Amino acid sequence: MEGRHRIFSITRVFAITTNTLTELTRQKVFYILLIFALLLIGSSIFMARLTFQQELQILKDVSLGAMSILTSLLAIVATARLIPQDIEERTIYTILAKPVPRFEYLLGKLAGVLLLLAISILIMSAMFVAVLYVREQTLLHQTLQQMSAAPREQLDDALRAVRCSTFNIDIFPGIAIIYLKACLLASLTLFVSTFASTNIFTLVVMVCIYFIGHLQATAREYWLQENVAGFLTRIFLALVALILPDLQAFNVIDDIVAGAAVPFALFAKTAVLGVFYITIYTLLATFVFYGKEL
Amino acid sequence: MMRFVCRVLGRRSDLRLVLVLVLVFAFGILKLPAERALSVQHRQLHFRGAELNLDLREQIGQVGFVAVLSGFRSIVADLFFVQAHVAWERTEWERVLFLFREITTLQPRAVLFWDMAAWHMAWNASVAAMNDRTQPRLALRVKAQREYFALGKDFLERGIKNNPDKPQLYESLARLYRDKYQDHACASEFYAKAALLPGAPSYDKRFSAYELSYCAGREREAYERLRQLYDKGEAERLPTLIARLKFLEEKLDTPPDQRIQENVDSLNR
Repeated sequence: MEGRHRIFSITRVFAITTNTLTELTRQKVFYILLIFALLLIGSSIFMARLTFQQELQILKDVSLGAMSILTSLLAIVATARLIPQDIEERTIYTILAKPVPRFEYLLGKLAGVLLLLAISILIMSAMFVAVLYVREQTLLHQTLQQMSAAPREQLDDALRAVRCSTFNIDIFPGIAIIYLKACLLASLTLFVSTFASTNIFTLVVMVCIYFIGHLQATAREYWLQENVAGFLTRIFLALVALILPDLQAFNVIDDIVAGAAVPFALFAKTAVLGVFYITIYTLLATFVFYGKEL
Repeated sequence: MMRFVCRVLGRRSDLRLVLVLVLVFAFGILKLPAERALSVQHRQLHFRGAELNLDLREQIGQVGFVAVLSGFRSIVADLFFVQAHVAWERTEWERVLFLFREITTLQPRAVLFWDMAAWHMAWNASVAAMNDRTQPRLALRVKAQREYFALGKDFLERGIKNNPDKPQLYESLARLYRDKYQDHACASEFYAKAALLPGAPSYDKRFSAYELSYCAGREREAYERLRQLYDKGEAERLPTLIARLKFLEEKLDTPPDQRIQENVDSLNR
């Protein structure tokens, strides 16, 4: 028996999600992982002349920095193509001609990108942890050999120094925040692409937002200080502060690599802010998309 | 005005645009307190060391500024660090100094960079200045050497200001006072500060007492601290500790029955 049409169906969203993920995978976006692997290997060879603390610091900086840049790039590029491509290939008309609400269509598309980002970041994290683990074991073995005659206390201190330089539990919340930042950029790109006329326009706008988003906190602080700028400057600062997201809030990885700990409260606040941004941008995208003439 | 509003309301797409703008601004106002609270917390935790402002722009040059702008300052700091390493191999001290100033501005939470910067200045560049064959006047060579000590000290002091919770920089500053300034009182003070921090190695407390034992007029205090360590048991009874205790017992003329029972043979073990 044919069931009644439901206003919201998770099955329909899931079908669009899997379809989007398959499409993106066919576009060979996972080549980005190859770039990441090459960066990891390249940086390891390049740093042979440095001390182990320097080497590990650079390895972590490069790996986590590359993870952040590549996932952000992937989020923007993959999402910017979604709607224009469906319009170009006319698949959007086939989908929306069926009883699929536009909200479900957008949600499914976004979920597909978020899933792709999750898979990418998981693979990159696994590669990164594996390289770090191998380096740690090699260094521990070397230290044990070199300091076999040293007193127990000195040996323990040396081994502790190696362990402290490699694994730091705060790396994992840091990676989660990188993922959140990528999700935020994906949802914002989706919002921009709902009113953009071309793919290029979306990409250009998003690159600008990416750069200015890192300045948002500074603009906000200047705007909220009294008597620091003229009227027009303050208007401009207010626009930047109100319209754009604070991307610096998601840049904790630099400090984590440097050895700073991330308290749970800070992680939770960042996660809530990230989810808030994603929800709002998705709702705004839906609102604009409902008015779009197809 | 009214005619304009009516015309806008009459066209659904324009109305939608106005509504989107209103929603974007409403969302902006809603998110503002949360963003500010997060910024405050970041500052309390000494995150966001490299905040964007004109002073920073002047300090870090164009590449560094773009790095901060795009959120990958740590990678650029690493690139500068590799350049500094090459400059060090070529003994280009001015360039080493310039690059480390940029590196520490970009990544002020990385203890390693402050420590390396100070080491290059106070140990490597200072020795090179003292051995500078192009400068025949000893007074000027000594002056240059002292300037490099001061630069090393400045890096460590600024590093501590940015990372007050890390014992490594306190230790490095203590070493600098001990080896370069022969200021044992300051060395003892910074070893003691390092010992109080979480994650400090066990030897910091001992080193602080050793340094104090070299300070004229503070022998009694040093003896009490060394004796306290000695009384903790075998693990603390290391050759240097025993040697310093014996030296102080002689100097303070401690009665024989109150002296430690270690003999010279145990020091040679």
